[in-house]
Amino acid sequence: MLEVRDLTVRYGALCVADSVSFSVQPGEWLMIAGPNGAGKSTVLNAVAQAAPYTGQVLLNGRDARRIRPRERAKMLGILGQSHAVGYAFTVEEIVRLGRYAYSGPFSGGDGAEERAIDEALALTGMEPFRTHSVLTLSGGELQRAFLAQLFAQNPSLLLLDEPTNHLDLVYQKQVFELIRKWLGQPGRAAVSVVHDLSLAMKYGTHAILLNRGRVVSGGTVVEALTDGAMNAAYGMDVREWMNELYALWNLNPARMPAENGD
Amino acid sequence: MKRKREGYRPLEMAAMGAATLATMLLCVCVGSVGLPLKQTATVIWNAIWGLPMPEGISSSIILSVRLPRVLCVALSGAALSLCGAAMQGLLRNPLADGSTLGVSTGASLGAVIAIAFGISFPGLPFAGTMLMAMLFGFLSLAVILSLAYRLDGSLSTNTIILVGVIWSMFISSIISLIVTFRSDKVKSITFWNMGSLQGSDYINALTLLGALILFGGVILSLTRELNAFAVGEDNARGVGVNVRRVKLTLLICVSALVGVCVSIGGSIGFVGLVTPHMARLIVGPNHKRLLPASLFGGAIFLMLADLVARVLLNPIELPIGVVTSLIGAVAFIAIFYRTRKEEAHA
Repeated sequence: MLEVRDLTVRYGALCVADSVSFSVQPGEWLMIAGPNGAGKSTVLNAVAQAAPYTGQVLLNGRDARRIRPRERAKMLGILGQSHAVGYAFTVEEIVRLGRYAYSGPFSGGDGAEERAIDEALALTGMEPFRTHSVLTLSGGELQRAFLAQLFAQNPSLLLLDEPTNHLDLVYQKQVFELIRKWLGQPGRAAVSVVHDLSLAMKYGTHAILLNRGRVVSGGTVVEALTDGAMNAAYGMDVREWMNELYALWNLNPARMPAENGD
Repeated sequence: MKRKREGYRPLEMAAMGAATLATMLLCVCVGSVGLPLKQTATVIWNAIWGLPMPEGISSSIILSVRLPRVLCVALSGAALSLCGAAMQGLLRNPLADGSTLGVSTGASLGAVIAIAFGISFPGLPFAGTMLMAMLFGFLSLAVILSLAYRLDGSLSTNTIILVGVIWSMFISSIISLIVTFRSDKVKSITFWNMGSLQGSDYINALTLLGALILFGGVILSLTRELNAFAVGEDNARGVGVNVRRVKLTLLICVSALVGVCVSIGGSIGFVGLVTPHMARLIVGPNHKRLLPASLFGGAIFLMLADLVARVLLNPIELPIGVVTSLIGAVAFIAIFYRTRKEEAHA
């Protein structure tokens, strides 16, 4: 459903993404991993048509550049890392914006729209917050409000840019489980940028590993996230470090400092 | 769960319209010569339906002096306030209004050139100022947009604000330069620059009405897009808004409307900034409510400000811009202070 061919993004002389190619089929969850500055978010933004690029992005075989914004919104939706909403919109108003592509200038409030909003609020557990101002929400609640907007938008492909970057463990798990549940319906797929390799391994079906704008490895999670590829991308012994961290859990969980949660 | 309707019900719209009409009637009655409410209403009613006029001087004061002026004031207030609300949503910045764009300053330059160098058309004494103001308003927009576009291809909000502010400063210095060389015209330029709708006629009112229906109508049809922009430009793109086209449409409509207002009433500050802000504190940020509330609120606010300008130091008339800034700033601070205090206690 998504095919990316030779995607290249340049900021002046700097090449942030260099001939990146990958594809995503229905049912897959592709993880884009790699160190800071590898070009992960840039690739995602280019796929969402939010950054200028050369190369091709094909959505269901069609050039994404030629698809009109409304139609594109039904095929592809994006969830950012954090949201700085300036005005006191209610959660319901935020979620309703997700239905923009489905309604005309003076329509709205029809049965399908209300049902989609109700379902999205119920799925994300945001129903109790329906009339709350987004300015009063915590980071986790705010992210779930925008996830509800994305569910109301109902695209077949979700693009997630480090969706749990600022969230603590309980929300991290909640958001990833929600997306996995959403992916359970046929014909849906997701692409997410993650920096946590454990999350990539737990939830991803496929992965690509980027370093300095180039694809280091790709394929299923098992194929892409090999020791050799990870060591090459991060320039360190990743497994050794992970083992060192997780060994502490097995040794004496009670000794773990509380702030090491993330 | 009971849902709150997004837009206004017809009854609520009618109530706001009625409040605007009541304010209008009040503003026609009160002035240097006080007129009884009943007589004023009769004169206007008869004039609309072509009935014979009652005897006396009052009908000519009402019909040829006060009514056209009050109409122009109401329409300017509504237009400027609507533009402010749209800009604050589009640029996601509560401090934005038509003047942030640099368009009102640009339009002012056009009018100042017309006044200073006596550009006019035979038989149409005010057409020179008006056409020059509209022309320069549009030129400003063209310059600002092409500069912003050259700086970054996506017409990002920050670039537009930055270029608009720089452009305003540049234009202000040119206005000062002109004033320096044409010191004989200082008084009329200054008075015009402070904003006044004294001596407005029905042609002015019709021009404003036409612009408001055309450009205001387009703005009012973009409420959902404005909601999306007010949440965030990336979010707007994500949900399927054609970001560049909508932004360009809104900027053109706002600058055209501001240009027409400036060409008729001079630069009337603060109404485009304060009224939408006050409206937002009362009805919330959803543009389906905010835009109509700003429209009627702006009309009422400017009519009352004009009333104060006319009667406060009677027979001296104050420039309306001075009054809007004085009332607006105090009301703004009071409301802002109160809501902050309530939020702190909540």
